Amino acid sequence: MKRIKEVMGGDFRQFTMVIALVVLIVIFNIISGGRMVTSANFQNLISGNAYVLVLAIGMVMVIVIGQIDLSVGSVAGFCGMVMALTARDLNFPWWAAVLVGILIGVLIGAWQGFWLAKLGIPGFITTLGGMMIFRGGVIWISKSISVPAPHELKMFGAGYLPEWGPAFTGMNNSTLLLGVIGIFAYAYAQLRRRTKNEKLTGVNEALWPVVVRIVLVGAVIGYLAWLFGTGRPGTSFPVPGVILIILVIIYHIITQRTTFGRHIYAVGGNKAAAALSGVNVPRTYFLTMLNMSFLAALAGIMFIGRATAAGPSDGTNWELDAIASVFIGGAAVSGGIGTVLATMVGGMVMAVLNSGLMLMGVGADRTAVIKGLVLLAAVAFDVYNKKQGRKSIIGHLFPGNKDKQEGGASGASGGSGGDTGQS
Amino acid sequence: MSDHTPILQMKNITKIFPGVKALDEVTLEVRQGEIHAICGENGAGKSTLMKVLSGVHPYGSYTGQIIYQGKEMSFKDIKESEKAGIAIIHQELTMIPELSITENIFMGNEVRRRGLIDWDEARRLTVDLLKRVGLSLNPNTQIKNLGVGQQQLVEIAKALSKNVRLLILDEPTSALNEEDTENLLNQMRELKSKGITCIMISHKLNEIAAIADSVTVIRDGRTVETYDVEAGHVDEDRIIRAMVGRSLENRFPDHVPDTGDVIFEVSGWRVEDPLIPGRLICKDSNFFVRAGEIVGFAGLMGAGRTELMRSLFGRNFGIYQRGTIKHHGKDVKLKSVSAAIRQGIAYVPEDRKVLGLNLLDNVRMTTTSANLKAVLNHGLIDSSLEYRAAEKERKDLSVKAASVEVGVSTLSGGNQQKVVLGKWIFTEPDVLILDEPTRGIDVGAKYEIYRLIHALADQGKAVIMVSSELPELLGMSDRIYTICEGSITGVLDRKDADSEKLMRMMTTTSDAAAN
Repeated sequence: MKRIKEVMGGDFRQFTMVIALVVLIVIFNIISGGRMVTSANFQNLISGNAYVLVLAIGMVMVIVIGQIDLSVGSVAGFCGMVMALTARDLNFPWWAAVLVGILIGVLIGAWQGFWLAKLGIPGFITTLGGMMIFRGGVIWISKSISVPAPHELKMFGAGYLPEWGPAFTGMNNSTLLLGVIGIFAYAYAQLRRRTKNEKLTGVNEALWPVVVRIVLVGAVIGYLAWLFGTGRPGTSFPVPGVILIILVIIYHIITQRTTFGRHIYAVGGNKAAAALSGVNVPRTYFLTMLNMSFLAALAGIMFIGRATAAGPSDGTNWELDAIASVFIGGAAVSGGIGTVLATMVGGMVMAVLNSGLMLMGVGADRTAVIKGLVLLAAVAFDVYNKKQGRKSIIGHLFPGNKDKQEGGASGASGGSGGDTGQS
Repeated sequence: MSDHTPILQMKNITKIFPGVKALDEVTLEVRQGEIHAICGENGAGKSTLMKVLSGVHPYGSYTGQIIYQGKEMSFKDIKESEKAGIAIIHQELTMIPELSITENIFMGNEVRRRGLIDWDEARRLTVDLLKRVGLSLNPNTQIKNLGVGQQQLVEIAKALSKNVRLLILDEPTSALNEEDTENLLNQMRELKSKGITCIMISHKLNEIAAIADSVTVIRDGRTVETYDVEAGHVDEDRIIRAMVGRSLENRFPDHVPDTGDVIFEVSGWRVEDPLIPGRLICKDSNFFVRAGEIVGFAGLMGAGRTELMRSLFGRNFGIYQRGTIKHHGKDVKLKSVSAAIRQGIAYVPEDRKVLGLNLLDNVRMTTTSANLKAVLNHGLIDSSLEYRAAEKERKDLSVKAASVEVGVSTLSGGNQQKVVLGKWIFTEPDVLILDEPTRGIDVGAKYEIYRLIHALADQGKAVIMVSSELPELLGMSDRIYTICEGSITGVLDRKDADSEKLMRMMTTTSDAAAN
């Protein structure tokens, strides 16, 4: 057990959550008689959920600042519809239509941000209004009729990476390349972190756990690459998945490594203290809301690419899936806690549940019931652990801003006794 | 007044939290009708002991005996201890600001007639109760419209409504100004004369000296000593020695000031209240600070000291009307907090948990939070730079934390305050505004903070220190300004200042005070 912990290193909780996800997949695979872990199903899982995960990236930032955005579904639908209409009615080329859609998203974000940041209307109200306005807006401008989308967009919504290079690999070479890059990037990051920690703290972490870690994670990435790369000819790791990975990397860096990212956590953790530390609180609110609607527009366009047409009810209830992903990923309703990576795991749990229950033939009604219970269970587990004085398990899954406060480089783990009776 | 039968005996109380022995065989004996002071450093176990007594930590979660009015007690919750006539008034007031005095006093204990609340009767009782604590207020007044001192008295009235026999006050004066404190102490004497026994937990030795009949000192979860005192003749040094386990000959470190030119000068500073149009919270204030000088600001609660400082710090509070700030002789306009920080001004706020810290952060992130640009590398936060910066401040200020990755919420008050200081020192200011820098931290930690303040002044920084404790101002400052109702009413050099003079200047706005 001790050895296992050593392998997991500071990322003990990261691994527990990922392991929970893997167990879920294995169970579904057994029950469904092997239909869960197939190339086609995994490809669908990614392209069918990428847009929700894109929303969840923005949503976790909104929730970290202590707000919520209920309008993302409507905004996604509205921006997608605007894009489809400009392409069809104004004969814009597809890329120009996409730019118009995204621009509209940014403008809507500025509108929501204005109400929140300048007038101090709580985000819940601002975006409840936005939810109605833009849902009505979609139906209005589309006259309740679906509008076909430019076919080029299919690439972004459900496309596959190109086939190239030698055939002896027996799989899609783009996917293979992606997998190899992934493995090397992980190995490099792990080794670099080890040397850096050593240089800073003087504590020399043994090499073998790092190696075991790299081998394990490398094996998983390798397996996934093989799985995605050996589907029907012409398929690969889906393009929306690639877009998602790029966004996750960008937003992970924004939230963990930039001043703006720190300000988000500062405002969410203690607004007054942030203001007294020189953080421009209204500006942080504004930019976070702006970014959310920008990502909503992107998500709407990705979805329409897959659906090949923009419908008047696109985006209905998406906000709920995005919010659920964030909270399953361990964010706090009161703000200040939550990371992009943990949210992605939360979102994948939802996605796997959807997919697995569907394979088992469970209807949408019961699927919703189960998803609701899982959300409650995950958050209750979190609350329970906090009450025990231990640090939140789900909330502190991933290395990043919020989870190092106790674990940490020199392993000063708090662990016990939150309430030690201070006089 | 007090006879010799004990109303309360707590024998060999031991309370263990996971990993920590909070109380270790503590013994406490309180006699009928006395005022009993409990002293001890932060974390000594005073509050835990009171929680055991009032049933917050229920019977069975501790070992030892509680004998109250001759009977052994086993309280399972606060309700049971209240029924027995024990009431506790916490440090943080627990009333609901939007409700009236009557509603608060009878919360959970409503006066009923035929199943409905009888408000007329409740109001009549409230007026009586308020009279007993020396207040003549309309019982319909909302709590939010009362001052902190009045709220404290309403809390006591609430306890009286429950027929309290033993009243426990946990740091009752920590948020009160001198006038309200005096009033509260008088009320406690009044209660005593009516036969109500009081236990008072306090940091403030002068209050204990003024009022207590006996003192129990607790250190590290153990009773150090209990002895009778005569109000007015209390050996403060004896209490301090017992509290910290060492003699503190000098509560303030020695310091020879080395002052230079005036580097921070405020003139004609006028600020309007953000909520009440037309009301000025700073009335044309003028003051200056020299390099290497420690300048104190004395004033009663609500006099506008914090408001002045926060309005200077990038207009963080109030509506700026007019006035200038000169920094190194140059006029500067500080329209935002970040502009003030860039200009080299730092403000360490009075309430570190509410204004100074993000309790979710660790020491490392707190240290850099006001000056992130110092740890940027190609526009991204460089975790190595950040770690080294935080580690340096941790060592320089000798913060007791296992590493800079430890969460600030796990630190003691004194160490939290040091981390906040470190955060501001990391912005490399040359004007430091310290608002109540030692509030709520224990004697030993205070001494260290004082030394740090001296070290900052010795580096040529201008230090402004706002404090409610006059001895602290007298012991630390080179000059002291007094504020009353938003006006600066005078300034005294250290050698000319004493408590009485300051108090007179703090309570009068007329020119007569200057004499």
